[in-house]
Amino acid sequence: MAVRRLHPDQPETFAFNAENLAWANTMITHYPDGQQASAVIPLLWRAQEQHDGWLPEPAIRYIAEMLGMAYIRVYEVATFYTMFQLAPVGKVAHVQVCGTTPCMLRGSEDLIAVCKKKISKSPHDVSADGNFSWEEVECLGVCANAPMVQIWKDTYEDLTPASFEKLLNDFAAGTPPPPGSLSGRQASCPKGGPTSLHDYCVNSDAPPGPANSGADGPSVIEPAVAAAGATGASGVAAEVVEQSAGDIQDADRPKGLDGPRGGQADDLKRINGVGPKLEETLNSLGIFHFDQVAGWSPETVAWVDNFLSFKGRIDREGWIKQAKALAAETKT
Amino acid sequence: MLADQDRIFKNVYGFQDWGLKGARARGAWDGTKGLIDKGHDWIIDQVKESGLRGRGGAGFPTGLKWSFMPKSDPRPSYLVINADESEPGSCKDREICRHDPHLLIEGALLASFAMRAHTCYIYFRGEFIRERERFQAAVDQAYEAKLIGKNNVHGWDFDLYVHHGAGAYICGEETALLESLEGKKGQPRLKPPFPAGCGLYGAPTTVNNVESIAVVPDILRRGATWFSSLGKPNNTGTKLFQISGHVEQPCVVEEEMGIPMRELIEKHAGGVRGGWDNLKAVIPGGSSVPCIPHTECAEITMDFDALSAAKSGLGTAAVIVMDQSTDMIKAISRIAYFYKHESCGQCTPCREGTGWMWRVMERLVKGEAEKREIDLLWDVTKQVEGHTICALGDAAAWPIQGLIRHYRHEIEARIDARQAKVGEYIEAAE
Repeated sequence: MAVRRLHPDQPETFAFNAENLAWANTMITHYPDGQQASAVIPLLWRAQEQHDGWLPEPAIRYIAEMLGMAYIRVYEVATFYTMFQLAPVGKVAHVQVCGTTPCMLRGSEDLIAVCKKKISKSPHDVSADGNFSWEEVECLGVCANAPMVQIWKDTYEDLTPASFEKLLNDFAAGTPPPPGSLSGRQASCPKGGPTSLHDYCVNSDAPPGPANSGADGPSVIEPAVAAAGATGASGVAAEVVEQSAGDIQDADRPKGLDGPRGGQADDLKRINGVGPKLEETLNSLGIFHFDQVAGWSPETVAWVDNFLSFKGRIDREGWIKQAKALAAETKT
Repeated sequence: MLADQDRIFKNVYGFQDWGLKGARARGAWDGTKGLIDKGHDWIIDQVKESGLRGRGGAGFPTGLKWSFMPKSDPRPSYLVINADESEPGSCKDREICRHDPHLLIEGALLASFAMRAHTCYIYFRGEFIRERERFQAAVDQAYEAKLIGKNNVHGWDFDLYVHHGAGAYICGEETALLESLEGKKGQPRLKPPFPAGCGLYGAPTTVNNVESIAVVPDILRRGATWFSSLGKPNNTGTKLFQISGHVEQPCVVEEEMGIPMRELIEKHAGGVRGGWDNLKAVIPGGSSVPCIPHTECAEITMDFDALSAAKSGLGTAAVIVMDQSTDMIKAISRIAYFYKHESCGQCTPCREGTGWMWRVMERLVKGEAEKREIDLLWDVTKQVEGHTICALGDAAAWPIQGLIRHYRHEIEARIDARQAKVGEYIEAAE
């Protein structure tokens, strides 16, 4: 439980504007006669939206009267539900950072540090210019796109401290980006491309089918992905698989060594993205040294990517660049 | 791996049109009238036969739940759909509501008809504002096309209203949800009476999870045997899995019930960060269920029975993956804080216990404790568990029990390290 109290400074009065009043009167009709109290949360929420994002005390009285409820009943609803902000919040953005375990595992503490640095030391304190405030909230139900924040109605997902800082700057400049994942992926689809439903993971209003997976092919799926995800694919996708499988030439297979030079292999795990299992697999291909990886041609990268069913991970994680740096380091 | 034609949520990632036209192209609202013409009891029997178990966490058989509703009662009956998705790790209902809303609307009509209800409320969590707006737009489309509403084409008067909360995890508990829907604080009711006898406004009510309702049209159209042929006995059908935490590609994906955990993580989520051997533990069903250490993860399958045999649970199938870099004590302490924050305050063991447990957990994170306090903490979790009106007390106790069961050595090592440090400090001072 959280202890929540009303703010000491309150406006004199509150009343819905004409639009919200009409909306509220419709809302009340959604519930049976005599049960208009059901509308209390939606009405309080609308009042908060009308009043710069926080709920003043006169609004509680106003809604109690409107719904024929005792004041205390509305008051206890307003203090029980934590989305009702009982004190003023930032005018441009009130940032709600999800801090629960799934987001914490992916770095929400770093986002909170950004809030402390850029907005205010303590949650709920409005920044000096009155434009920003923040708080840590409990799970917002966007766990597959963690870490994330909610600002007003929208969520901004897959954040890093850098992209979050940029987000705050964009809000300050009045040019917030489109909501959703800021890492560029579609909703909760795996970032390397879909692992299922390939026919349906195409941006299109038309029904899926051979008609729109023809010449151009599905726009979001790279050939290598289709090849890797061949299982369970329908006939159309299977065709793509055959074609693209033809593009992968065995000549592009990286030239391996029979064993590590001088019996001493490099620790390939130092490449960010390579774990013990992958290291074993690479060794089995005859890859033991950073300079081998550093010398891969784009075709070789494609071959290895396909061999490991990686869907472009080698490029994304920048193995070649990493390997070049590590190879230079081991020579000296 | 589940074949694409057996997947129910074909637009789970929202690449395609969420609206009526797109939904129809994917098979929604096809022959709904024919299904309704087969009668109330046929629908309930089909759902029973399919073996569908509730997707909100408890896994109670959906068809059986529906059959508790009275067949003739002067009071109106209600269907209430629980879209108060707040269990840490869960993010599936959100995808259904914003990307495939018509499946849910059609399911709501069919389920309401089966239970002789003319009114359905859907309760969104307050934070799902865009999801609610999208869903409302889909409801408006359905009204306009006369698929629902008074005198609709299906011959069963049916109203669907969108309602929402304002940030209270406890409202995911069905009776707390009903209290909240009646305009009160979300504090769970004593049971019995159960909602089927006395629910919303004192009338017969069934509360179902979003996913449970959204799969119903496909079960009825394709047949109960199609659904029950997927998965494992007593754990049938498909399920939306949500994989978060230390994996290469966190995602939501529909898979067959009973898929091996390792296959799920490696096929769809790109594997554990740093390789399978880098795995430390998995919370397989949302924060309420105890964690499973990596040693048990390789063989385990993702279904209700296998996971409860491993002293955990499928819950909402929210898989939280933690690699070797994870501070388990801290991860569980954060979950303890969550329950402390979300306790409604009605029952003393939970109101006082969740705060007490969290404060002890915070000391354990730093090692500032005596070893005997681990046993004391265990004892307190046992006193909270089962002594509260709703399951929030249990949910707060289980993760801590899982931690002590599997990672007691880590807690003890931290206490030792701290005491050694204090010892050095005292020596130096002398």
